[in-house]
Amino acid sequence: MPSNHTRYIIRTRDYYRAQGFEKDYVWAQNDDIPFTRLNKPLGECKVGIVTTAVTDAQIPMSMREAASYELKSAPERFDTSDLSWDKSTTHTDDRESYFPLESLRSLVASGTIGALSSRYYFVPTEYSQRNTLEKDAPATLRAAISDQLDIALLVPL
Amino acid sequence: MVRCGTPRIVFNDLPLGNPLGVPGDRAMQQSSVTRALELARDAVTPGTVLKTEFKWASDDSWKANFFRVDETNLAELWQRGEKTRQERQQNRANGLTRER
Repeated sequence: MPSNHTRYIIRTRDYYRAQGFEKDYVWAQNDDIPFTRLNKPLGECKVGIVTTAVTDAQIPMSMREAASYELKSAPERFDTSDLSWDKSTTHTDDRESYFPLESLRSLVASGTIGALSSRYYFVPTEYSQRNTLEKDAPATLRAAISDQLDIALLVPL
Repeated sequence: MVRCGTPRIVFNDLPLGNPLGVPGDRAMQQSSVTRALELARDAVTPGTVLKTEFKWASDDSWKANFFRVDETNLAELWQRGEKTRQERQQNRANGLTRER
């Protein structure tokens, strides 16, 4: 390989072709990037975690929708079995490697950030970009506004 | 990642599944979070990407294993695809879909 980058797009395409799927996955492309500069110091900001790790594994993958959950009830182990993480190399036994609860709590304690949202926000891994764009993203935005977040930290697995 | 149009990204070139750092490495995980927040504070350009120096291991051999396709796993991959297709069909037949 000429570079040391993992060629995710090519590898993903070949992987699913080998499974017999006829249509290649269409990767999201958004030419307009939403961007707002932070308008207050970090020490006054309320931060929320957005995750793709699954809290309620009873809901079948095909039915999962964006949802908000109480942070104090966050599971010690999320369900990650359906997600396309690198199962040949690593594991998801250390929650802090993908859900930064302790890291953020220590930043609140040190005053680096103002507060942590009392809820975290689940966004399902979705084949349908339409569901993400028209349902999950707006639902997450509504929750973030309702909870008066200043920063949404997206940590997808 | 860049095509996706994310406002700001901290990119760790680590195996998928541990976006914040190597399991058990609290210093790396904490640093990823701190850098993300500092990027939220400091970035002035939409689509800013901050690539960290963090590494999974001393060599990059894990990259060749991710979604590997070769003659040893072709049959297994095909079976996995068949299973997924059957599950999707069943879900549709049972109305287990978001399209409603």
